[in-house]
Amino acid sequence: MSKPKGFEKPAGVRDYLPHAVAKLRRIEREVLACMDRWGYRQIMTPTMEYYDTVGVASSTSDQKLFKLLNNRGTTMVLRSDMTSPIARVVSSLLKEEPLPIRLSYHANVFRAIEEEAGRESEFFQTGVELVGDDSPEADAEVIALAIESLKAAGVARFKIAMGHMGFLNGLLQEVLPERAEDQGSLKQDLLNRDYVGYRGTIERLNLPEEQAGKLDGVLKLRGGREALEHAQSLSGNTLAQSSIRHLGKVLEVLDAYEVSEHVMIDLTMIGDFSYYTGMIFEGYAAELGSPVASGGRYDKLLRQFGRAVPSTGFALKTNRILDGVSGTDIPEERPILVQYTPAFRKEGLQKATELRAQGYIAVTSVIEENDHSEVAGQNEHQPPAAGKLLNKGYQEIITFK
Amino acid sequence: MAEVLKVAMPKGRIYKKASALFRAAGLPIPLDVDETRKLVIPLPEAGMEFILAKPVDVPTYVEYGVADIGIVGKDVLMEEKKDVYELLDLGIARCRMSVIALPDWTPGIRQRVATKYPNVASQYFREQGQQVEVVKLNGSIELAPLIGLADRIVDMVETGQTLRENGLVELNSIFEITSRLIANRVSYRMKNAEIQQLCDRLQQVINAGAQL
Repeated sequence: MSKPKGFEKPAGVRDYLPHAVAKLRRIEREVLACMDRWGYRQIMTPTMEYYDTVGVASSTSDQKLFKLLNNRGTTMVLRSDMTSPIARVVSSLLKEEPLPIRLSYHANVFRAIEEEAGRESEFFQTGVELVGDDSPEADAEVIALAIESLKAAGVARFKIAMGHMGFLNGLLQEVLPERAEDQGSLKQDLLNRDYVGYRGTIERLNLPEEQAGKLDGVLKLRGGREALEHAQSLSGNTLAQSSIRHLGKVLEVLDAYEVSEHVMIDLTMIGDFSYYTGMIFEGYAAELGSPVASGGRYDKLLRQFGRAVPSTGFALKTNRILDGVSGTDIPEERPILVQYTPAFRKEGLQKATELRAQGYIAVTSVIEENDHSEVAGQNEHQPPAAGKLLNKGYQEIITFK
Repeated sequence: MAEVLKVAMPKGRIYKKASALFRAAGLPIPLDVDETRKLVIPLPEAGMEFILAKPVDVPTYVEYGVADIGIVGKDVLMEEKKDVYELLDLGIARCRMSVIALPDWTPGIRQRVATKYPNVASQYFREQGQQVEVVKLNGSIELAPLIGLADRIVDMVETGQTLRENGLVELNSIFEITSRLIANRVSYRMKNAEIQQLCDRLQQVINAGAQL
């Protein structure tokens, strides 16, 4: 590879110019304030962690982690999500803290870039973790909060799809007992969102018609509450049944939150098996081609850090929302220019201080002897008077001379 | 209110078969659309808008969500590996991905494989434990073994006519190819009703074994 030019930067990272930062900060502020009101306290953790702890525990696959060596040769990772660092904190610094613990965060996370489709190596996540509560109420709380957060971020049209890891596991256990490999390939097909492949795998397995019909039926388990009823009749497996009952209760609670119109059931949606253990969900915005929120229950993660408590949570992909939320450009407040000749420096700077104290944005500029650095006070569309600089969008110009 | 579905359609070989399938499924798609040179074609009666794309670009349009759904061959999906839903096997434009060589081919010391599908080819030979050098070409792949650029090629075979005419033989087939209906991850939720309805109608036609 040739040496990069001075202005180049690595693939998958980006600069945020002032107007983008203003918008990003606004989204961040609104969403965190919303999370605050629900009793989630904000937490910050290091950007760098040990590979052997947070790196291994995270849901990000090994080849997508950014790894580096520290001066002792220990492998470190740049955090790929905030869930595992929070699991570490809850199991150590907050070990004595009574449950449930509600934490929120806004952080940049890092994942080695895959391919195209706007996937970034560094991006922002704003999210929450609700630790120590395994009830349907807790799952519904994070979904309802995800909905509130999307609204707070300015996303107008969105949908949440909700599924459950337990249902498919239970059904597969019933239809293909002891056949882990076949179970695995069916799960992999669904994980790849490859329905054609899934049907193909069923065909290859040469199952009795009834069993094959059950597996095929999974693909139709999408929609409203009726999808849960269909699911209930599809499998008698205890795990599958209890998963469906759990989702039913979550829906009931979401009804009480009066947000269930945003929520659809999708039992074909499955997440990373090694990570999620129960309810999972994704949020989609009409204007954006890929999900803007994802979350779910991960009851086994904290055990890896020595505190075996159930947890649930979600993260918004904040910069993806930034790209898609239109019409929320904040009118930029224009600064007041205070310019002065060296003789009036004190007066000029005092005026600026006064203005700032009143909440205005004030910038200062000195007018040199030759007078060529004075900014003209007239309309910015008119050419500046001879020897004067153009008025570059100041709301007012105060001159001391 | 039903929303307009933006459909990325592959120009060329597959297009006519796909639009015929849509018509068989009861969608009012005028025949003259098949001949047009326009790239974006509104079809308000069908509740759709066709985006005519180069076949290899269809998954890209769908992944980014500028098209809600698309029709594309499995060969492209295998090569491009985009993050989209693969909803339906349309059963049209049936062919296969194969390894092809001259009849007297024997494995040499340094093996070269020419193909339009470098990812598919690399993965296949890796999984076979074979050490080959993959050369990417953009067309007339059959030329490569004839003029000695490569000793084998990986390409799509439909009838085998081109192979026979050039004195090549199919060594083995890697996978079967048909056209698939794919959907964007977000559209699949936001326009779920429209997409599901289309899927059901297409499925019926496919099950009925319509000859297209």
